[in-house]
Amino acid sequence: MSTTTTTGTPAAVGDDVARVHAALTSRQNRPAEVLFKLALQFCLLVAFAFLIALITFALYKGWHRLDARLWENMPTGRASRAAQAGVQSAITGTLWVIGLTALICLPVGIASAIYLEEYADNTRWYNRLLELNIQNLAGVPSIVFGILGLGLIARVIGLGFTVITAAIVLSLLVLPTVIIASREALRAVPQSIRHASYALGATRWQTIWRQVLPAGVPGMATGAILALSRALGEAAPLILLGAVTFIRFNPDSLLSSYTTLPIQIYNLIKEPQAEFQELAAAAIVLLLVILLLMNSAAIGIRNRFQKRW
Amino acid sequence: MSILSGSNVPAAAVRRGRRRVGERIIEALLVIAAVVSIATTIGIVISLAVPTVEFFGEVSIVEFFTNTQWTALFADKNYGVAPLLVATLWVTAIATLIAVPLGLGAAIYLSEYARPGTRRLLKPILEILAGIPTVVYGFFALTFLNPGLVELWPGATKPEFQNLLVAGIAMGIMIVPTVASLSEDAMSAVPHALREGAYALASTKMQVATRVVVPAALSGIVAAIVLGVSRALGETMIVTIAAGLKTAGIPASPTEGAATMTGYIAGAGQGDLPVDSLDYLTIFAVGATLFAFTFVLNAISIRLVRRFREVYE
Repeated sequence: MSTTTTTGTPAAVGDDVARVHAALTSRQNRPAEVLFKLALQFCLLVAFAFLIALITFALYKGWHRLDARLWENMPTGRASRAAQAGVQSAITGTLWVIGLTALICLPVGIASAIYLEEYADNTRWYNRLLELNIQNLAGVPSIVFGILGLGLIARVIGLGFTVITAAIVLSLLVLPTVIIASREALRAVPQSIRHASYALGATRWQTIWRQVLPAGVPGMATGAILALSRALGEAAPLILLGAVTFIRFNPDSLLSSYTTLPIQIYNLIKEPQAEFQELAAAAIVLLLVILLLMNSAAIGIRNRFQKRW
Repeated sequence: MSILSGSNVPAAAVRRGRRRVGERIIEALLVIAAVVSIATTIGIVISLAVPTVEFFGEVSIVEFFTNTQWTALFADKNYGVAPLLVATLWVTAIATLIAVPLGLGAAIYLSEYARPGTRRLLKPILEILAGIPTVVYGFFALTFLNPGLVELWPGATKPEFQNLLVAGIAMGIMIVPTVASLSEDAMSAVPHALREGAYALASTKMQVATRVVVPAALSGIVAAIVLGVSRALGETMIVTIAAGLKTAGIPASPTEGAATMTGYIAGAGQGDLPVDSLDYLTIFAVGATLFAFTFVLNAISIRLVRRFREVYE
């Protein structure tokens, strides 16, 4: 800073300003300050380095198994056939389970969000309980949902270890995520739009269906995709629901046996042969690519369609 | 609607619209959807409680909490939850030790130092870490981190093929985004007037961050940490893959492989345990213990988040 002499103002004042400025600047550049900032950047750097190492390692290890064998062949646990093993039934199983999960959790989640945002009176105890319950449910470990599926849905209700049981359990697991995201999307729609609709004589549901929901769709779609991508990567509850086997056929009904990609990856990791480890890495790359596409879609929708009111 | 009274809007017509049958049916359907989440909680409690009560009918609750051996699936049976609990605490402690400094550092940087453009770029990248499936973390911990850890280990007794330490490290990185994201929210909610006041008193940037922003956002930061700990307690795949399923006595050091509570549940649930057996019931008893822990932690976290929202909003 070269403001030692300033014309137009008395030199003494200019000197003082410069001295104060210099003192403050030098304080901001003290070694401790610089080190602190470096330490903070280091924290982010560690996280990013981990991310890069993880992706690079999976690519490196799975590279020469990333071919048609992966999706054309069925899984096997037999070491002699390791070179021919694939994960086709896991891919179709994942599509079945996640498709059904979307069909179950999106309507229920969005309807709950509409109730909580548009109908519920927040001062009533039961509505507050509902809200607290959703917050708490969001923190319940995923394996506990597996126990719910095992004890209640598979055994007591009797749906067994099937595609539909898996889809119901994953739906309940991501329901809080869908509700919370949809509520935020609905809350972002300004009240003035509702008031205008009411003023034109629309009923409450007409207002919601024709004004509030269309305006909230981008936000809800983003939340829905993120929730489904969580369900897609989830393995823990399905371990308890009979998915941990090498299934050699594609599911063809709601009551089929099934396996999914994350579970198949887990199965392969457990096998000692290097061939299986490489296949696991290849399946991981496939899973990460699907998730990346879903997340990009979510971000794309948010940036393209999100209105600023 | 009180706005309508006194105007010449046909109030009766509006009221008739609101009383339509269709409107009522829709509202009822929405309520039913909302009740699903309550039913889920009740379902979880019932599916845990009934078999757990049955379990404690055969194994005394005192044995469950005082016996130091867990050998449920062996011939000589001991039902002491302590080994599973200690393994869980080791992993959680290691994960917390890693995630808290990294997550807080990242949060302070994003909230106080990064320019808006940088922040918009860095935050989503950090969130990718939270979106990576936990089996992938487990695979990475077992086949990449652990061989490296064994290689670099200074002592004579190297870590085992599967161990609690490496599971804790991977889990620590996994919960960094949880800690960072919620802490950053709390720091961003601190009013700018507080920062400006501190700068006017010639504070440096570090002083503002550490002595003004962090203390002011403390309840939010603690909530973030508690939530991270709760995530770590309930995480299953990383520990199942990287720490193993071995059960016996209390693990003496984190370089040993041992089953955590979630690891035990996943391990026992894979086998075809006969439904009426005591071994099958252990899944639920351990699950109930896990649920109790995370329930308390979540309740604390929800409470703390409410508090910081109330202070500044």
